Amino acid sequence: MVKLSNFLREKYLVITPILLIISIAQLEQYSQLTTSGTFGAALRLSIPILLAGLGGLFSERTGIVNIGLEGMMIMGTWFTAWGGVLFGPWYGILFGLGGGALFGLIHAIATVSFQVDHIVSGVAINILAVGAGRFFNILAFDDYEYASSTASPIVQGEIGRITLPFISGGELNGSPTFNILGSLEDQNIIFLSDLAGLLYGFTSNISYFSIIAILMVPASIYLLWRTPLGLQMRSVGELPSGSESLGVNVYLMKYTGVVISGALAGLAGAYLVLEGPSVYLEGQTNGRGFIGLASLLFGNYRPFGIFLGAGLFGFADALQLRSEESIHGLLIVIFLFMFILTARNIYMKNIKSGILTGVIGLGFFIWFNNSTTIPIQFVYFTPHLTTLIVLSFASQKFRMPKSVGKPYKKGELS
Amino acid sequence: MNLRYKLIGFSAPILALSLSVFITSLILTAIGKDPIETFILMYDYGTTGKSLVSVFNRFIPLYISAIAVAVGFKMGLFNIGVEGQYLLSALLAAAIGASFSVSRPLHILLIMVIATAISSLWGALAGYLKVSRGIHEVISTIMLNYIGTGIIAYLLGQVFNDDDKANLIPQTTPLPETGQIPSLNNFLNIEDLPSLHGFLPIAIILGFLYYFLIWKTTLGYNLRITGQNPTAAKFSGVDPKRLTMLAMIISGGFAGLVGMGPLLSYHHQYSIDFPAGIGFAGIGVALLGRNHPVGMAFGAVLFAFLERSSQILDLRDVPKEIETMMSAFILLIVVVFYEVIRRYIVTQQIKEASKEVED
Repeated sequence: MVKLSNFLREKYLVITPILLIISIAQLEQYSQLTTSGTFGAALRLSIPILLAGLGGLFSERTGIVNIGLEGMMIMGTWFTAWGGVLFGPWYGILFGLGGGALFGLIHAIATVSFQVDHIVSGVAINILAVGAGRFFNILAFDDYEYASSTASPIVQGEIGRITLPFISGGELNGSPTFNILGSLEDQNIIFLSDLAGLLYGFTSNISYFSIIAILMVPASIYLLWRTPLGLQMRSVGELPSGSESLGVNVYLMKYTGVVISGALAGLAGAYLVLEGPSVYLEGQTNGRGFIGLASLLFGNYRPFGIFLGAGLFGFADALQLRSEESIHGLLIVIFLFMFILTARNIYMKNIKSGILTGVIGLGFFIWFNNSTTIPIQFVYFTPHLTTLIVLSFASQKFRMPKSVGKPYKKGELS
Repeated sequence: MNLRYKLIGFSAPILALSLSVFITSLILTAIGKDPIETFILMYDYGTTGKSLVSVFNRFIPLYISAIAVAVGFKMGLFNIGVEGQYLLSALLAAAIGASFSVSRPLHILLIMVIATAISSLWGALAGYLKVSRGIHEVISTIMLNYIGTGIIAYLLGQVFNDDDKANLIPQTTPLPETGQIPSLNNFLNIEDLPSLHGFLPIAIILGFLYYFLIWKTTLGYNLRITGQNPTAAKFSGVDPKRLTMLAMIISGGFAGLVGMGPLLSYHHQYSIDFPAGIGFAGIGVALLGRNHPVGMAFGAVLFAFLERSSQILDLRDVPKEIETMMSAFILLIVVVFYEVIRRYIVTQQIKEASKEVED
């Protein structure tokens, strides 16, 4: 029980907005906010962020800042399309993984072997990836009919999907079963129907790729916290010279971490392609690598926290697919949330922050009152704005790996 | 002895350039093109008079963008947000600048001041988020870039779009003549060439201003020591939070002038065609030029030259994107070389110092 209340206290930044959204969704005109469709889309859009975030985790736990996640993700998208067009979607995933890992390796060579500043190298990798994606695309798909310099041909074939039988109405031996969650959602019972919508969205018509991606969360926890390799990797991120003295191969661990990081970012790119338009498009990643990095910070360098953060940002991303009216309802959520934060800040005697959140809240209230929709151009940056807002209220309590971002050279004391 | 280190330092970009030419040649060979022929083609096309004017026109915003990035780099601050800062401020300056009319030099000056102010504010936002909310500037500036892009799309489409239905693309009202900078062609007697942007002298002045700011003022000194040793800087009385804010404001201010070259001397209005991507390219120039005004000038000319000279390649059936790859290789290799050389020089200096002590 103590653990639960601690969890609630720590994660109130996620829980409060979710409760607010559920309350707002009870009103007819905003009901789209919590349908299974929205949650299904949120899950689909969360996964690339989740995978990028886990990628960041592996890198930063071994002490290497990975701003290049975005670039590795771009490589993931292109290599997936390439492998997918040539051999089919499952090979596409493998190619994407490899492409990301390859760029992870470049980052590792620069930062680990040559001790280049991590952010400088990451920025260079992002620039390289954009150019490489376009260059490769022109080279590889020159002879294809429906390809251009910024888009690949369509990947044919599908990754299978599954719907849970009995609970969400999936088929069993070819015959349909009950759809408990689906019918519960239709009942419009406060909270319960919204929860059913959430679970229904998560359990119906789910691609195998999504399942694999979500399994990466327990897999990361297991690898990093339950195996000797994971312990060695984490130790390198905390005190490399100490690890060295105990016989850990620091460089190897850092290389492993950054290459796994690239592979996961590549996987994120693969997901974007295969669960999205089935083609590589320039600019497809749209900053999701960086949002993944933000979810890593939000999740305080822990896999489950990253999962929550990715869910939040993915939900924000999913809203742009919903009706404009529903998104307008989000303004209510924002100003109520700001007022709650104001009350909390004043209660905690943080007058300055209280005034700030109060003013922001008032601004959103006035905006809500004087408009009926949000301009569509604003909707596109909802996830990015959410990232900034969430980080600005969550970032004080980070406990990052001790030597993250510090170059390490064998035999040198930092 | 010092001269030797300087020479070694200079060798890094040249080595990096050679190595990336070599790698690019390998790629060209791999796709079945003759690398030497390709490079000769690029050189010939890039050195025509027409191309050179284009290179210098491109140099202007690229160099200013590099300066904006370098101000942050000098204190170890990564302003990746130059992109959003210059685009947003160029749009607003174009829109506001077209709405009033005063005599020429004043009008131009006012537009530049507006752009600088807006861009500084946008940069200061990232500074504030870092100082008071602890968000790393790389994340905040990138998010602000996306937010800026959205705001630009909204403003351009809904607010500032001139109601001329003949225009298919959204654009602001053109600046009146008093807000335009004439080209340098008359002045330099090169009437037969395309227009050389009149913003060029201002870009060069900004280079001197940057030099003065970083190496000749207390603020610049504080920026530099914070970049080299934050702890030492703190104990010498530098307030890191205040300095971060100042650096972001100044960096943002320079960023605001990035868009002014193209706006005041060529486009005269903001539309979808307004050149984008210069903010990111500036990061590369700053890295290549090691944040030095002269180094960055060379870097900007080099990148501008590569960009221009690659335009010919598509006509010869070589993907011109090979240039983007080449620039990225130069960047990646040069940062590795700089680091290797920096470490080499430090070990040499330690060796010399210990030798002196022994003697």
